[in-house]
Formats: sequence, structure tokens, C-alpha cells
Amino acid sequence: MMARALTLYAGLVLFFLVAPLLVIVPLSFSAEPYFTFTPAMLSLDPDGYSLRWYEAVLSNPAWLRALSNSLLIGIASTLLATSLGTLAALGLQRRDLPLRGLITGILISPLVVPIIIAAAGMYFFYSQIGLTGSLLGLVLAHTALGTPFVVITVSATLSGFDWTLPRAAASLGADPVTAFFRVTLPLILPGVISGALFAFATSFDEVVMVLFLGGPEQRTIPRQIWTGIREEISPAILAVATILVLLSGLLLVAVELLRRRAEALRTIANLNAA
Amino acid sequence: MSTSGPTLARQLGRAEAKARLKSFGLVAPLLVFILASFALPIATLLVRSVHNPEVAAALPATAAALQIWDGARLPDEAAFGALAQDLLTAPEDALSRAASRFNSDLPGGRALLLLTARALKASKDAPSRARFVQIDPRWGEQQVWVQLGVALEVWTAKNFVTAMDYRYDENRAVVAQPREKQLYVTLFLRTLWVAGAVTLLCLVLGYPLAYVLAQAPQRLSNILMIFVLLPFWTSLIVRTTSWIVLLQDHGPINDMLLALGLIDDKSRLALIYNATGTLIAMTHILLPFMVLPLYSVMRGIPPTLTRAALSLGAPPFLAFLRVFLPLSVPGIAAGSLLVFILALGYYITPALVGGLSGELYSNQIAFHMQSSLNWGLASALSVILLSAVIGFYFVYMRIIGAEGLRLT
Amino acid sequence: MNRTVLIAAGAILAVIAAGVVYLLTATQPKPSITVVSWGGAYLTSQIEAYHKPYMATHEAIITSESYSGGIALVKAQVESGAVTWDVVDFEVADAIRACDEGLLETIDLESLPPGADGKPATEDFLKGSLDPCYVATIVFSHIIAYDKSKFPTDPPTTAAAFFDLATYPGKRGLRRQNPKSTLELALYADGVPANLVPEVLKTPEGLDRAFAKLDTIKQDVVWWQEGAQPVQLLASGQVVMTTAYNGRIFDAVVGEGKPFATIWDGQRFDLDVWGIVKGTKNKALALDFLKFSTDTQRLADQARYIAYAPARASSIKIIEEPGFTHAIKGVRMLEYMPTAPQNAFNSITTDHRWWADHQEEVEARWNAWLAQ
Repeated sequence: MMARALTLYAGLVLFFLVAPLLVIVPLSFSAEPYFTFTPAMLSLDPDGYSLRWYEAVLSNPAWLRALSNSLLIGIASTLLATSLGTLAALGLQRRDLPLRGLITGILISPLVVPIIIAAAGMYFFYSQIGLTGSLLGLVLAHTALGTPFVVITVSATLSGFDWTLPRAAASLGADPVTAFFRVTLPLILPGVISGALFAFATSFDEVVMVLFLGGPEQRTIPRQIWTGIREEISPAILAVATILVLLSGLLLVAVELLRRRAEALRTIANLNAA
Repeated sequence: MSTSGPTLARQLGRAEAKARLKSFGLVAPLLVFILASFALPIATLLVRSVHNPEVAAALPATAAALQIWDGARLPDEAAFGALAQDLLTAPEDALSRAASRFNSDLPGGRALLLLTARALKASKDAPSRARFVQIDPRWGEQQVWVQLGVALEVWTAKNFVTAMDYRYDENRAVVAQPREKQLYVTLFLRTLWVAGAVTLLCLVLGYPLAYVLAQAPQRLSNILMIFVLLPFWTSLIVRTTSWIVLLQDHGPINDMLLALGLIDDKSRLALIYNATGTLIAMTHILLPFMVLPLYSVMRGIPPTLTRAALSLGAPPFLAFLRVFLPLSVPGIAAGSLLVFILALGYYITPALVGGLSGELYSNQIAFHMQSSLNWGLASALSVILLSAVIGFYFVYMRIIGAEGLRLT
Repeated sequence: MNRTVLIAAGAILAVIAAGVVYLLTATQPKPSITVVSWGGAYLTSQIEAYHKPYMATHEAIITSESYSGGIALVKAQVESGAVTWDVVDFEVADAIRACDEGLLETIDLESLPPGADGKPATEDFLKGSLDPCYVATIVFSHIIAYDKSKFPTDPPTTAAAFFDLATYPGKRGLRRQNPKSTLELALYADGVPANLVPEVLKTPEGLDRAFAKLDTIKQDVVWWQEGAQPVQLLASGQVVMTTAYNGRIFDAVVGEGKPFATIWDGQRFDLDVWGIVKGTKNKALALDFLKFSTDTQRLADQARYIAYAPARASSIKIIEEPGFTHAIKGVRMLEYMPTAPQNAFNSITTDHRWWADHQEEVEARWNAWLAQ
């Protein structure tokens, strides 16, 4: 009885988590330019539904421009964040690194510093050195926001890592770079890729930095949605939102598969070691 | 042994030091990057919160004249003369910038300075106290001059005075704002309250869910975890959009309650553009940050422990209370602290669904950054909020550490 | 994971990185300017009437940006030195203020295109719509709109009805930022004659009176900021009556067939003007666009998309022609214009200069009042 009630409660919480993501899907096919279920939609009248908003998005150069900006900033900041973050995670593996706690705290801080404060500080600082209204400024800002995720996921993979393996490679004559690319990287790759996907998702989702640092030519998808909610209020943004929910589903599945692969690799490595 | 020992130790030590240096070399690029592109810009806010050079730069003679003013009465003719001289000679853009800054010390101060300058330039009359008061009677008020004196301070605590809901009175003493103008302390408390309430709601919703997931077979819980992770991976702004749709007066929730006969058309629930909207949407958005660490800790609790308690005759609830619950405390601490810290700085969601009563501290910072352009006050508010966040972050790193951050 | 795969992965990453670096550093092939306006149906009308024809005939790209009025964002750009906007569509009182604060470039009014009848621009534009800092494009109006289906019998016809919660129950929508038109409306609804509203508002008692009138409905107000919001609020049933820009209601009624109606009693005219942001790197192009978009034909063309009246006499002549209709729906535009005689019977007068000088003081009180 108790257990059943508990399961029911957990089911309701799961519903609370997912239902809001699904409610926008039918509305994105609305035939009317408002955010509400129309009587025609509720009675499942086909006339109440249309692809009007998907067409509007796909034929609107502003959305396409935003997509290309989002991809550009996302890929550039992901590459930067992933390389910087992976290196740092490797370095942080040494427990006796001087000031390790403080350094870790600083590296993770972009995750917890309120975004508006970071954006305000960067706005003043970047405008003095001419980085506002440029893609480069946004790439730097998003890189900073993305690195904590890479550090965290790579560190998590490294915590189960068998350090005798690269040492074995070195004793067999491999130089450190070769040892890294041939032995270490393949083993921690799932963590690196998860981190990269997190960094990309962070950049792809970010709007406050874009609001403060970006000019009209650096509009991204979330920035367009922001405008859509505050100004235009058309179901076009629900169409975009639906596409984004699908996209995040794909990203999620990718990360989940990577996580399992990492676990499997770790198990094999541990078995070999034993 | 006695001869080679120290050498070996030294060699080992040297090798260790070299390896440490190498590790540091790996961390350095990111550390430098974060310090330069992220930490340094934030640190400049600290300077901006106490630095206020614009007015003194445009009105140097007035600044000198008010240095020797005792503040007890209206300043003498010399001060009026100095102000007239400044207003007539200051470059237009510097004056306009100074006037804008003055406006944040005295509402209407911008127009007062600029209109006075315009009037002085237009007439040939000798500028005197009488002429100033004739242009605008406010020049005969001591309070106006006190505020001008405050505005002329290059290094100032005025932004923090304002941020603590205090003000300068006509004797330049720091006194509390009248009740109807007290804003920031209340807002700070409201932000703490909302963050706390969101944390509690997340715990109440998340703990049983994590428990059920942790008890379920691995294969099933892996599938159910997707329901937790999907919102986690979905764009924040998309989730906020969903809540705007759901919570409207004529949205699906109200329509459903209406259809069930729980409310009537006149008494639709006001779920959006108030604190309720902020609470609901933020709880939904932050819930995965609670469930993930809880689940991770609960998975690590050996089921044998609870089973042992049961076999020793403990009723199930007591076994849970005495064995499982204490062991899950690290997860509760990690999840709660993280949710609380993140909630403190929320901006997007309250801005879109919070209305007036659901606004948080971050929204006020944004207001002063973008609308009132009182950048000094925005910086001071940022410093205050940042201190609170760093305080809780420090506690988090102390008792949980970076390893406690679980993301998948 | 063998060497080939690694090399391939490395090569792909290198290509992506190179492409990103190229795109980040590459400059746009065509010169471009950013034109900032109020979004929604109004922006659409500008894009159709100005932006598209301009881009079709000139080697230039126009990027559109939306904002919700005021001068703060422009001022932030000028003061921080990060100017990314070139041409901005202001309400006229805001343009006067921006001009006072040195945020706008000056425009040589003699260089504006003459009217179709050859009359110089300085004589062809309506009174008060030209200044070295700005050039007006349209006359719009702050009006009250309501949902007809909510008041099937005895629909509201006066501004006073907006404050009459007993006869017309339901939530009201009011503009949150920028209290200008709202305070004036409150005075007019409280019985101040339309032409005396500015004088009464200038007195402390008048201001108190306006706030007191608003106090009577404050509990039932939903606040809006963007021009598209009042329409959304009406459509979703969040409010039954709201203030709005008249063209947005026109668009909802004629464009989307919504059952909304406009109360023209107590409407308040305003001008939308172009200003050029001080310190823009594209001043020449911005000026060229400004001249292009304010000629007789463009201003008249805009009225084919939204019910705002052009700000020059020669363009008004065109829209008064019997065949002048909406570009898509074909309805005659003149009867929806705020300036049409049957609509302009009781319009509140306003003093833009006074507002430019005193808006900040009033706004401080307004914000405190809102927060209470």
C-alpha cells in the first residue's frame, strides 16, 4: 500500500517533469497566431491545425541567421572549452597540486555565479576592448560558461582511470604525446565527448550573455525566442521550441550511450588490471 | 643506505616537483582564461560600485566650492557662482553624462541641471543665488545641494547606502529610507525566501522520486531517468515558454480546473506574472539538479543495510528513518545546496513569468543595467548578491566538493 | 581506436576550427545597418514598405532589431562606446530627450527628399515632425480596445468606461513602462477636458489626481510592455479591455479576424520618428536609408500594411484616394486611421517638450507607485 502510493507519487513527479515539454507540441501546429488552445483544436478539427508556423520559421531569414549564429558560436566555444577543460581536468588529477581546492573552485565558478552578474561585468569590460557586438566576444563568454561541464565530466571519467596504462605505454617507448593520444584519450573519450555536448548545449541555450554582449547581427536562437516571447508572441517560437525539444532528446540519448560505454570501458580496464 | 638515501629522496622529490609543475602547466591555460575573461570582468564591478567620477569631472569648480561647505545651511554665493561657471563651460557631452548620473541621486536632477544650464546660457543676467532660485526653486532647497555633494564624490559608498535601503538626509547623515521606498532589502529577503521555497519543493518532489528510481531495477531506472534528464537537457528558455503557455488565465491548467468544476470562470487562478509563477517554473527547471545527486547517492547505499534492519525486526518506515535516510544525507545536502545557489541568481524565468511580485534580485540588477542606467547601483547590487552566492558556494565546496557535481 | 581514425578526427576538427575562425573574422560582403523598431505588425509594415524596397535597389543589408521604446538602451550604447544600433524608431518625446542628451546625430533637413508635388520637405512634413535630430514617419495613437464578445449588450464607448469596473467588469491592460499616455488618459477619464490635460498634468495636484484615478483600478490591471502584448492579452482572455497602439488592434481585427473594437474617445496622438544613433560607424548609409524611407511614396506605402497615418501632407493625399486599400485584405485604410475625422473627435493633446524634460521625475514616482 505504502509502496504503491510512493510509486504513484514518483509517477506524478515524472509527469510534472515531462508534461510541460509536451504541451507546446500541439500548440505549435495551431492555425491561429496566439498561445492558446482554440476550440477548433480541442475538437480535433483539422482546420484548427496547420504547418503555418513551421513554414514561417523556415522561410524567415532571421531564424536561419540565428541558427547559423548559434551553431557557429556553439561549435567554436565547444572546441575551446573542450580542449581547455580536458587539459585542466588531467592536471587536476594530481591531489597534491598546490592550491588545488581554490583552483577547482575558480574553474567551476562559471556554473554558479549568477549569469546576470557575469554578463554585467563582461558588458563593461568587453565594451572597453571592443568585443561587444562581435561573435568573438560571445565565443569567449560561452567558452567560460561551458568549461565547468567539461572539467566535471572528464574528471569523473578520470576518477576511475587506471594510470598504469599510460605508464606502460611510456615504458614501451611511447613519448607522452603519443601515449596521451593512443592510450589515455581513447579511454576517457566518452567523458570528453559528454563534456563537449554539455558545453555545446550550454552555449546553444544561453540568452543573457547574448542580450548583453551581442549586437543585432549576433542574434542566436534563444535570443530570437526571447524576443518572440516578449514582443512578437507567435506560435512560431513554439515550433522552434518543439524542434529544440527533439534536439535535446537526441543529445540526451548520445550522452547516455557514452556514459554506458565509459562504464563498460572502466569495467574492462578494471578486470584487466585485476 | 646512509649515503644514497638522501640523494634518492632528493631525486624523488625533484621528480615529484617536476610532475607537479607539469600538472600545473595543464591547468594553467584554463585558469588564465577563466581569470582573464570571466573573473576579471566581474572584479571590475567591485570598482564600479564605489567609483563615481563623472559628475566631479564635469563640475570641478563646484566640487572645490562644496569641499569647504559645512552642509548646515544653503551654500554661499561663491558656490552658486562656481556652479554657474561649470554649467557654462563644461563640454556638452560631459555635462549631459554628469546630469544623468546626478539623476540617480536626485530624481529629476538631470533635467534640473540641463534646464538650468540652458536658462543660464540664454540670458545675460549675472548668475546669483537669486537667479538660480528663479530658474528653479529647487536650488533653494538644502537637500538638493546635499545630493549634489554626494554626486560629486569620486569614491563613494552611496550605492551601498542605497542598496541597504538607506539615504542621505539634509544633514548628510545616513538614515533609513521611508518605508514606502524600502525595496532592496525586502527584495533580497524575498530572493532568499523564493530560493529556499524552491529548494524545499524540489526536495519534497525529488526525494521520493529518487528513492523509487534507486530501488527500481537498473534497466527500468535507466529508462525512467530519461524523463528526468530530458527536461534537464531542454533549453531553459523553451521550458519557460512552456510554463507561460500552461499557466495563463486561459491556459490548459485553468481550463482543466474549470472543466472539472473546481473553479468558475470568474475565479480563474492567477498562476502567472506573480510569485506563484516564478515558484512553479523554477521548481520544474531546477528539479533535475536535486534528483541527480540524490539518485547517485541512493544508488550507492547497499540494500543489504536496510534488509538487515528489517530482518532485525524494524518496521519498514523505521528502517528507512534510521538506516536509509541518514545515509542519503550527503545527497540531500548536495542537491539542496546546488538548487539553492542556482536559484539565488535566477533571471530569465522570473523575468518572463514573474510579473512584478515574482521578480528576484537579478531582475533588479538587470533593471538598473538596462533601464535606469544606474550602473553604480547595479554593480553594488551585484557585489551583494555575488557575496551571498560565493558564501554558499564556499560551503558547498567545503562539505561536498567538486566531485559531488553529477551531471549524467 | 587506431591511428587512421584519430587522424581523421583530428582533420575534421581542424577543418571545423578553420571554418569557424574564418567565419568569425570574415567581414560581411555588403555594407549593413541595423534599424531598430517596435516589433510585430508595425515592424512588418516597415519591412514591407521601407526595408525590402531599399535592399532591392541598394547594395546594403538591413538588420531589424526590436525594442520597447525609451532611450536607455541607446544611451547605454553611446556611453559604453559599444554602438550597435544605427537608426532607431522613437516616440517623439523620447527623441527630444535623446537629442537633449546628445545621443543623436544631426540630420540636414534641407537634404530630405521633396514631396511628390515638389514642395520642400520642411514644408511638406506635419508640424512638429521635423527636427535636426529626427524625422517623423507616422502618426499613431494610444487607444483603448476591448473584446466585443465580453460586452455583447451595451458596449463601452468612452474612456471613462475603462475605469468603470462596476458596469464593465474584468481585468484591464495598461502599459507598464513609460507612464505618459496612461496618466493623461486617467485625467481625461476623470473629467478633464481633452485639450486641458497637459496643463492640469503639469501641476502637482493634477499629477496626484491622475494617480488617484489609477488607484481605483490598480488591483485589476495586467501590465504590458511590448506592442504585441495587448492583443495577446485580449485574445487569451487575460483582460477584457486594454490600452494599445491603434495599429496593433487594426492588425488583429482586419488581419486575424479577432472580435476586438477600438474606443476612439480619448485617443492620444503620438509620432514615431527616425533618429540616428550618435557614434554609429554607418552614418552615411543610415542617412541614406532615412531619406529613402521618408519620401512621399514610402510613407504612403507603409499605410497599406498598418493603420498609421503618414507624417507628410503629400503622402496623406495618396492615402485619401478612394482606391487606397490594405495590401492583403483590400479594406479601405482611411477609416481605420486615427486621424480620420470620425475617429479624431476627442483626442487628448499632449506636450512632448514638457514630457521630455519631466519624464524622469514622473517616472520615479510611477515606479514607486507600481512597486507599492
